[in-house]
Amino acid sequence: MSPRLVPAGSDPVRRTERPVAVTVDGEAVTGIAGQTIAGLLLASGRRAWRTGPSGARRGVFCGIGVCFDCLVSVNGEQDVRACRRRAADGDAVSTQNRRPPEADGIRQGPEEAS
Amino acid sequence: MSRRHVVVVGAGPAGLAAADAALAAGARVTLVDSAERPGGQYHRMLPDAYEAANPEVLHHGWAAFDRRVRRVLAHDRCTWLAGTSVWALEREDPARAPLVHVLGEGSPGRRGVLTPDALVLAPGAHDRVLPFPGWELPGVFTAGAAQALAKGERVAVGERVAVAGTGPFLLPVAVSLLEAGSQVAEVLEAAGGARVTRGWLRRPWELAAQAGKTGELVSYTAALARARVPYLLGRAVVEARGDGRVEEIVSARVRADWSVVPGSERVTAVDAVCVGHGFTPRLELLVAAGCAVRGGTPDAVFVQVDDDQLTSSPGVYAAGEVTGIAGAPASRAEGAVAGWHAAGGAPSARPLTALRRGRDQGRAFAGRLAAAHPIGREWPGWLRDDTVVCRCEESDYASVRAAAGDPATTEARVAKLGTRAGLGPCQGRMCAVTVAELRARLGAPDADAAAPHRRPLAEPVRLGELAAPAREYDG
Repeated sequence: MSPRLVPAGSDPVRRTERPVAVTVDGEAVTGIAGQTIAGLLLASGRRAWRTGPSGARRGVFCGIGVCFDCLVSVNGEQDVRACRRRAADGDAVSTQNRRPPEADGIRQGPEEAS
Repeated sequence: MSRRHVVVVGAGPAGLAAADAALAAGARVTLVDSAERPGGQYHRMLPDAYEAANPEVLHHGWAAFDRRVRRVLAHDRCTWLAGTSVWALEREDPARAPLVHVLGEGSPGRRGVLTPDALVLAPGAHDRVLPFPGWELPGVFTAGAAQALAKGERVAVGERVAVAGTGPFLLPVAVSLLEAGSQVAEVLEAAGGARVTRGWLRRPWELAAQAGKTGELVSYTAALARARVPYLLGRAVVEARGDGRVEEIVSARVRADWSVVPGSERVTAVDAVCVGHGFTPRLELLVAAGCAVRGGTPDAVFVQVDDDQLTSSPGVYAAGEVTGIAGAPASRAEGAVAGWHAAGGAPSARPLTALRRGRDQGRAFAGRLAAAHPIGREWPGWLRDDTVVCRCEESDYASVRAAAGDPATTEARVAKLGTRAGLGPCQGRMCAVTVAELRARLGAPDADAAAPHRRPLAEPVRLGELAAPAREYDG
C-alpha cells in the first residue's frame, strides 16, 4: 500500500507520459515529465526521504512549498523543496538529514558529511 | 502618456481577476506567481508536459477561468512572471508602493526588482493543521497536499485514506482522492451535527445568492454518498500511529468544544490521512508592507482593507483569502475591485456596484461557514507532553507550555529561542499560529497579533543569489 500515479490509460484528463530518469542517493528512479520531485518520489512508492532533528522519518506534508518537510538536495544544491521543483532528466537527488553533526549513533546524512 | 504599472502577486482567482481588471482600466500589469501556470491552489493546473486533453474534468468553472487566463496572459500590456517568488518588499518612499524583490526559479534563481505604482497582494492561504500525536509521521498530509497532488500531478497519496478536520474543504479533498482511485475510509468532521446544520441552514437567501458554491458542495456530498464514504460529524483524529509511517489513526468523538468523549476512541487502518482545520492566510508580504491587520485571536488575523480593497499601506491593495477566508467567488470579486482601483480606474464605474455586492455576499457566505466550523477551544486536550508542536525543530508541547509559564521566557521572541519552535526551515509557517494560540491560552502576554506572520524575508534566498546583480524588470 503506497501512494501512486493515476494510470494514464484510465485517466479522464487524457494525458501524455514521457519518462524522466533521476537518481535518488545513487539509485535509478523513473518518473514522468512534469512531475515534481516530490510527486515522482511518492509515485515511485517512497513516502519518506528526510529525517527530522531526532532522526525521525519525514516525507511530504503540505505539498505546496510551505512546510519545508520535503527538502532534498538536487545536483548538489541543498534544501530544495521537492514539491516545488520539477524533475529534470538526469537529476541527482540526495536525501537530507537534519541531525546535528555532533549527534552520536546515527549515520550522518550528506548535509553533514559534505 | 505613461501608464500606471500594477504588480499583482498571486495568480489564483483573486490575482487573475485583479490583473484582468487592471488591464481593463488601462494599466500595465506584471503578474507574478511561484507556480508555472496560473490558477493558484483553487485551479491547481496540471503540468504542461502532461499535455492533458481534458484538464477541465478536475475543475469547477473551467470555461470562465480558461477565458480569463487567455485574456490576461495574451494581453500586450501584461507581463507574466511564472515560477517567480516575491522574497521581500522594500519601501523606499513612504508615500509610494514598495519595491518588489522577486526571485525566478532555477539554479541559481534569477533575482529582479519591480517598481510598481500600485501593488495588489493576493497570496492566498494554506491549510491550518492542529498538532496531534503522530502528525509528523510520513503519510500524514495536509488536506491541501492531497488535493494538490491529485489535481496537480495525478498522484493519489494512499490506497486507503482518511480525511479529517473541519470545514467544507474536506469534501472536495475526499472527492479528489476518490477520483484519483483511492479508497476513502471515512471523512471525519469535528464540528457537531447540530452546529453544522444550524450554520448551513439559517438565512437560506444567502445560500441562494451563492448558488454556484452551494451546487458545488451538493455535488461533492452526492459523490461521497455514491461511493458510500462514511461522513461522520463530531469526530476528530486525535492520534496517528505506525512504525516510520502512518498505519492507523485513532479518532474520537468530540463535544462542541472539541474535548474528547472518554471511551469513544476508535482505530482505523489507513496508509494515509489528510488533515485540515481551516486555513492560515499567507500574510508575510502584507505584514512586511506595513499593512494593518484585524482580528483579536492569533488564529483569526487578516489584513484590514477598505471598500476599495486598499490596505492601510499606501499603494498596497489586498484581495482573496488574506482579507478573510471566503472562497473563490468572493476572491474573484475582491480581486476585480482591487485591480480596478490599483490601476486608477474611475471610482464611478458601473460594474463596481455588482462586484462589491458579490464580494459582500461571498463574505457573508464565508461567515456562516466559519460559524459552522469553528476550532473548538479544548483541542489542546489531544496533546501529550511529547507531542511535536513545531515540526521543523520537533519542539514538544511540554517545552512550549514550560516556556509560557516561565517568567524568564514570557516574551515571545525569548520563548522562541528557548523552545526553538518556529526557528526551523519553515520559519513558523506551520506552527507559529498554533504556538501563539497556545501561549495566549497559557497566559503568556503576546501583544502583537501580526507576530506569527512577521517574516521580512518571505522566501528563502541563497547568498549567491543575493550577491548576483538584480535584473531591472521594468526600468
